[in-house]
Amino acid sequence: MTKKQKKMLIRILVSGALLIVLHFLPEDFPHLEGVAEDSVLQRLPRMLLYLIPYGIIGYDILRKAFKGILNRQMFDENFLMAVATVGALVIGLLKTGDFDEAVAVMLFYQIGELFQSYAVGKSRKNISELMDIRPDFARVESENGQEEVDPEEVPVGSVIVVRPGERIPLDGVVEEGDSSLNTSALTGESVPRDVHPGDEVVSGCVNMNGLLRIRTTKEFGESTVSKILELVENASSLKSRSENFISRFARIYTPVVVFGALALAVLPPVIRGLFLGLSPEWSDWIYRALTFLVISCPCALVISIPLTFFAGIGGAGKAGILVKGSVWLEKLSQTGTVVFDKTGTLTMGQFEVTAVHHSPLSEEELLEFAALAESSSSHPIAVSIRNACKTPPDLSRIGKVEEISGGGVIVQIDGRQVAAGNAKLMTKLGVACMECHQTGTIVHMAIDGIYAGHIVISDREKPEAKEAIAALKDAGIRRTVMLTGDRDAVAKEVAEDLGLDQVYSDLLPEDKVALLEELLKSKHPNEVLAFVGDGINDAPVLTRADLGIAMGAMGSDAAIEAADIVLMDDNPLKIAKAIRISRKCMRIVRQNIIFALTVKAVCLILGALGIANMWLAVFADVGVMILAVLNAIRALFTKEV
Amino acid sequence: MKKTYKIEVDCANCADKMECAAAKVAGVESVTVNFMTQKMIVSFKDGSEPSDVMKEVVKACKKVEDDCEIYL
Repeated sequence: MTKKQKKMLIRILVSGALLIVLHFLPEDFPHLEGVAEDSVLQRLPRMLLYLIPYGIIGYDILRKAFKGILNRQMFDENFLMAVATVGALVIGLLKTGDFDEAVAVMLFYQIGELFQSYAVGKSRKNISELMDIRPDFARVESENGQEEVDPEEVPVGSVIVVRPGERIPLDGVVEEGDSSLNTSALTGESVPRDVHPGDEVVSGCVNMNGLLRIRTTKEFGESTVSKILELVENASSLKSRSENFISRFARIYTPVVVFGALALAVLPPVIRGLFLGLSPEWSDWIYRALTFLVISCPCALVISIPLTFFAGIGGAGKAGILVKGSVWLEKLSQTGTVVFDKTGTLTMGQFEVTAVHHSPLSEEELLEFAALAESSSSHPIAVSIRNACKTPPDLSRIGKVEEISGGGVIVQIDGRQVAAGNAKLMTKLGVACMECHQTGTIVHMAIDGIYAGHIVISDREKPEAKEAIAALKDAGIRRTVMLTGDRDAVAKEVAEDLGLDQVYSDLLPEDKVALLEELLKSKHPNEVLAFVGDGINDAPVLTRADLGIAMGAMGSDAAIEAADIVLMDDNPLKIAKAIRISRKCMRIVRQNIIFALTVKAVCLILGALGIANMWLAVFADVGVMILAVLNAIRALFTKEV
Repeated sequence: MKKTYKIEVDCANCADKMECAAAKVAGVESVTVNFMTQKMIVSFKDGSEPSDVMKEVVKACKKVEDDCEIYL
């Protein structure tokens, strides 16, 4: 508890105790001799006694209410509470002699405020701790031994030492040492990852058993851990529709109830007095109006909705799903169509050369030409060809390089024209190519315009991919679509195996955006289309979709920037999990809205009819808030979702 | 230009009021008050000086919620 909260707790306890003592005093205490029974003067001393706990619990509210009047803030809840309780005291003095109510209303209002500030502070702290992956120091190795420095001061290329149990402060490559890393802070997965010399490691992971010597490859500001922290800290600045609805509602609700109260205080007595010939019963109607004011505070609603989203975002973060704002969590829950990129999303994205066919050259020679031709590309296919080539490529042999978008490359090697690419490229060059009976990505080769065979490269499906699609269907996703730049045969085989509804193949990167536009047009307007990609080559599509989900984002800045939701590891099962988390969050949001509105509406009606008194009103108000806040915190628990 | 300020405010409704008040200040393009993370994210109109604008923002916020704090 903070100092402020402790002080409030003491005030609540003291004034609560005083209230109980006063309540059990004999009814005619203090009794003034010689003053008429049942008169204002007779009740005055008792009220003065009640003013002690009232002052202790409510002085800050009264002060703020006064300032509010000076600033012309009529619908400030401090002002409303002040009017309601002072009004109740006045009615007590003039008519009923009951002062318990005024003090109790103030007391319960403050209990509610204290609970709210405690619960919100507590959950804020929990969630921040959950995402606290900020490393405290980096142990840099230099000539004069090891030195602990601020990670921000470590230049790229430094060697840092990470002892067992410590957090890796900066992205880098292992130079020496073998160990297992605990990535759970980033991915939510508790399976440790083994690392050996030469492996890339990302900051934020915890070194579990061996001593690691790491050469850093990024500055702290560019490291994964900074990117994630930045993302988490700026999360939920984009507000969801539910949040905006509630703030708009609150802006209208309070004035409406206040005017309602005013009407209730004035109209019925006037009508009774003037037209019906009854006694106006002013104090009764004013009392009902004051009850209205107690119910007019919208706080339960206004706090529980952002708290639910905040807890939901925190809970998702715990599971390795980073959500950039509550609006995205809301959209995720409305997802009806999921569009996948194939490579790296549903398949491993690790290509291997599996065969070389129809080549007049030897397998090694052809692979060497291919590796040289693809030497400047970072495309996974190019990487796999380079990996398959045993001799390291001699880059001085390469002359002019011409890239044909969506086709391949034409490169001068040793003065010969080498073309490597798909069938389209071969047709363009007027080279007849042989079809391949194997499925996989086929790279056709032509040297000096003569066909030189093809290389078959295949990718494997992720082991969880099939289950992931089934889980999405279970979650009520109506349509699953796969986009790929790959050949039709490969695409169809994968799609059929995984159980996808639709597949579009042979797409150039720019085709993907155009196709997505079409899919966006054909979907139901209330439904959200999510695109899942790995952030490599598909950043424009991620941005264009209603909701962009990037996978395997550990270390990929482009994906983190372009996407709205980032899955830290590359397990496609997490997509369905993210959707279930968002649905749970939205269920809680709806429950809270409906619950709070219903209770308020019932209290208003009962108050207007004179059935509900102020006690009930304040209990309802504080009770609703406590229940709504507790319900909101449920969104934090995502393990079983 | 966009800047983030740390704030201190006790109730969610007050945070909304601060947002409304700050949005009306001249030189403010848009503003989001995040109650949960206790942050105010202000984007300024071109050609306005953030420090001058923020003085007005603080004044406007103090008016609707006396108890709030904005750390410039």
